[in-house]
Amino acid sequence: MLKKFDKKDEESGGGSNPFQHLEKSAVLQEARVFNETPINPRKCAHILTKILYLINQGEHLGTTEATEAFFAMTKLFQSNDPTLRRMCYLTIKEMSCIAEDVIIVTSSLTKDMTGKEDNYRGPAVRALCQITDSTMLQAIERYMKQAIVDKVPSVSSSALVSSLHLLKCSFDVVKRWVNEAQEAASSDNIMVQYHALGLLYHVRKNDRLAVSKMISKFTRHSLKSPFAYCMMIRVASKQLEEEDGSHDSPLFDFIESCLRNKHEMVVYEAASAIVNLPGCSAKELAPAVSVLQLFCSSPKAALRYAAVRTLNKVAMKHPSAVTACNLDLENLVTDSNRSIATLAITTLLKTGSESSIDRLMKQISSFMSEISDEFKVVVVQAISALCQKYPRKHAVLMNFLFTMLREEGGFEYKRAIVDCIISIIEENSESKETGLSHLCEFIEDCEFTVLATRILHLLGQEGPKTNNPSKYIRFIYNRVVLEHEEVRAGAVSALAKFGAQNEEMLPSILVLLKRCVMDDDNEVRDRATFYLNVLEQKQKALNAGYILNGLTVSIPGLERALQQYTLEPSEKPFDLKSVPLATTPLAEQRTESAPISAVKQPEKVAATRQEIFQEQLAAVPEFRGLGPLFKSSPEPVALTESETEYVIRCTKHTFTNHMVFQFDCTNTLNDQTLENVTVQMEPTEAYEVLCYVPTRSLPYNQPGTCYTLVALPKEDPTAVACMFSCMLKFTVKDCDPTTGETDDEGYEDEYVLEDLEVTVADHIQKVMKLNFEAAWDEVGDEFEKEETFTLSTIKTLEEAVGNIVKFLGMHPCERSDKVPDNKNTHTLLLAGVFRGGHDILVRSRLLLLDTVTMQVTARSSEELPVDIVLASVG
Amino acid sequence: IFMSLQEPSLYTVKAILILDNDGDRLFAKYYDDTYPSVKEQKAFEKNIFNKTHRTDSEIALLEGLTVVYKSSIDLYFYVIGSSYENELMLMAVLNCLFDSLSQMLRGYRKNVEKRALLENMEGLFLAVDEIVDGGVILESDPQQVVHRVALRGEDVPLTEQTVSQVLQSAKEQIKWSLLR
Repeated sequence: MLKKFDKKDEESGGGSNPFQHLEKSAVLQEARVFNETPINPRKCAHILTKILYLINQGEHLGTTEATEAFFAMTKLFQSNDPTLRRMCYLTIKEMSCIAEDVIIVTSSLTKDMTGKEDNYRGPAVRALCQITDSTMLQAIERYMKQAIVDKVPSVSSSALVSSLHLLKCSFDVVKRWVNEAQEAASSDNIMVQYHALGLLYHVRKNDRLAVSKMISKFTRHSLKSPFAYCMMIRVASKQLEEEDGSHDSPLFDFIESCLRNKHEMVVYEAASAIVNLPGCSAKELAPAVSVLQLFCSSPKAALRYAAVRTLNKVAMKHPSAVTACNLDLENLVTDSNRSIATLAITTLLKTGSESSIDRLMKQISSFMSEISDEFKVVVVQAISALCQKYPRKHAVLMNFLFTMLREEGGFEYKRAIVDCIISIIEENSESKETGLSHLCEFIEDCEFTVLATRILHLLGQEGPKTNNPSKYIRFIYNRVVLEHEEVRAGAVSALAKFGAQNEEMLPSILVLLKRCVMDDDNEVRDRATFYLNVLEQKQKALNAGYILNGLTVSIPGLERALQQYTLEPSEKPFDLKSVPLATTPLAEQRTESAPISAVKQPEKVAATRQEIFQEQLAAVPEFRGLGPLFKSSPEPVALTESETEYVIRCTKHTFTNHMVFQFDCTNTLNDQTLENVTVQMEPTEAYEVLCYVPTRSLPYNQPGTCYTLVALPKEDPTAVACMFSCMLKFTVKDCDPTTGETDDEGYEDEYVLEDLEVTVADHIQKVMKLNFEAAWDEVGDEFEKEETFTLSTIKTLEEAVGNIVKFLGMHPCERSDKVPDNKNTHTLLLAGVFRGGHDILVRSRLLLLDTVTMQVTARSSEELPVDIVLASVG
Repeated sequence: IFMSLQEPSLYTVKAILILDNDGDRLFAKYYDDTYPSVKEQKAFEKNIFNKTHRTDSEIALLEGLTVVYKSSIDLYFYVIGSSYENELMLMAVLNCLFDSLSQMLRGYRKNVEKRALLENMEGLFLAVDEIVDGGVILESDPQQVVHRVALRGEDVPLTEQTVSQVLQSAKEQIKWSLLR
């Protein structure tokens, strides 16, 4: 032991590390030397270094001890030793948020900042700004303005960068310095120019016009600094993206011209900006791709990495645009930087031909163990994409996935593999059995609870439909015996699903469930008891409602409704129909091929959009007594063009007997304040406008919300589809754009908006039925209606399916939204819940001859929803 | 969504790290809250070191961040930025840091290695302060950085330096003789 210790000591040069065994208290003790005169600069600087080293190592300094050391340090300003002074600045910055009363050094720093010693001035500016708050900033404003335009670059840069930091808390003061920043932007020094442009952009970024002017001004003459070019490329591409118009603009020309810059950094930034622009055509991409191709053979690893990573992005959307680089990518397959090699291979997998798959997969498996989890996920995503492209390669790819699944790896990586296997199983019925049995094997030894429960859920769903369902029971029941409670609960649910769908197996399932009734855990025991009792009834409708298709309500909504119910005692039993529905079915919450860079996202369940709306609406007194919010339209509809004076977007909220239209308004005129803003609405059908809830005041660029409440038609309840003409009404008060002062007098004005449409989809909430047939039987045929339609304008089954799903706003079940190739008949199964809480199910048989003929059968537990659906289709 | 661009910003660098060949921190400066606590920082540093110290491949993607790195004898230099960041900009920071330090240490006729760096810790602190300020690249030219740090180098009395060197080598010799 002793020997080993010595060896390490000697290797790391421990004997000569002056900082190795520093004691905080001893170092702070030493700081007393600061009070001695004359000051010994060398010694004092060394003590400051020790203090900084301790902070750097993560040592925690208490407020009192930090303040004490800080005050002692202020004495050191008496010395004129340059290094000591510079160390003082660093100490001030490090301690600015630990020690108290750090502002006492303000005058010393102001003196240094305006003094003769150039090497002090820049660092003094930065230290000063670090300890200055917005109230004190006014006092040094004059010096800051001077410093920004100082001819010494380090002073100017320091002032600009500090101003940028100060924007966060003192925006209003710093924005008065734009003239100085503007002057600095024409500096010959490359860093000053970069910092000045950055500050100007940050001050103006909310003013589109000013940003446009800035771009055209600074891109016309060539910039000196490559960093400034990169910054301007980013600003230009953001502007382009927001215009989301054509790329036939000076902005795009500027970015493209940067592809010919002499600095690689700028060329790469421009290429990457073009690749990231949404909706780029292959022709627009071509020049970017060719510079990236050149970078692939650079001797610099960082450049090769950057290039191949960007090409990989291109290949996701435009594989053909990258085909020209295949040869260069092949050379990178053996790159000693495994990240580069992996990216090259996954790019080739996207662009190459089917025949190269086997070879590339073999290559990549040779170094799979050497690459980081992030890149393993990239590989899995590439495989996932391949499976969709080349269905015939399933066997090879599945095998590869199973090998990876057996090896070591973190959660994200394993989850990506499981996701990929599950999507293969769902897409291809022939691979289902192999896939399921491999997953069974995986959960035998799986450390991730989330994955185990997910697979158990899948087994419960898919297992009973296979040829030999009994073989899965052993794997599932093993979980009940061996795992902890969450997995056991999942396994119990899976068992119940087998029992509900397969009569032969029911007796043995009942035996297994009876054993679980004695479980230690409440949840497991409850589930087992519940399922056992339901299954023993031997009724199909019960099985469908309580085992195969679970609750579709939103869980936080249920909690709130139940709490409300307990607060207001009532004779009536609790009505499940009063609970808002879950907006996204569980199966859809799976993110589609998350980008590798977004891996590090916290996995918390945020309040859904609808829950946020529910809270907001509940706070408006006019909307009391409307009952629970049933549905909010998924995307706000724009009622104005994006470049107009006022920007209005509408979200539709549906309640049991009412609708609320929420208008999010923005006033883009800086010389006006609007007051008492409402949207007046005129319906074409028997809707009745009940009241308007105005926005009291709408100042420039501050969003506001107003509402319109309408009652649904009572006379003819099937006439739910309706057009509303809309008009914005308000009082205008002129105001001064610079000071924000408003005139007292105003005048009434109006502004015509686009019409707003309410469709049948606004009255139906999507609901996922995992087992459609069971749900169909459960609803029964009491209110079944059937009609046949001809869709004369539609030429393909895919188009028909897409239109129907979109029009009715219902959820396609059993993957019936996927139309198999080369078929001329198809059955689409849709599920939803109608306003008021009644299930509505639609089976739509489609026949393609020259046009599409459609037979629609609708079922519900009430007549009205069926009538509305059929009336709207006709 | 991930195709959409990040907000243009001057805040480029998330962290600068220097580790020794055991993966222990010699210097670390984090410029944002990606790793708010010392515990998370040390865990990140450990992960980074494990993934990089055996290869000389200069760039990697770890924990969703782009890491550019360089090693010199018994030191490992890292510059970390967002995965959306221009890799070459991060590289410019890394090169500037490394070149500044090697110029400064050359003044003492030393290589960029752990012992020399520890003896010139104040130079390191000042250099980093001149290169990156609060995550913004302040300077990328090593000449400028060295000039601004302007360490008192040659003005150290020769005698003082020699005495301490003599003492040091004497200590070393005694240590060796004891070990034998």
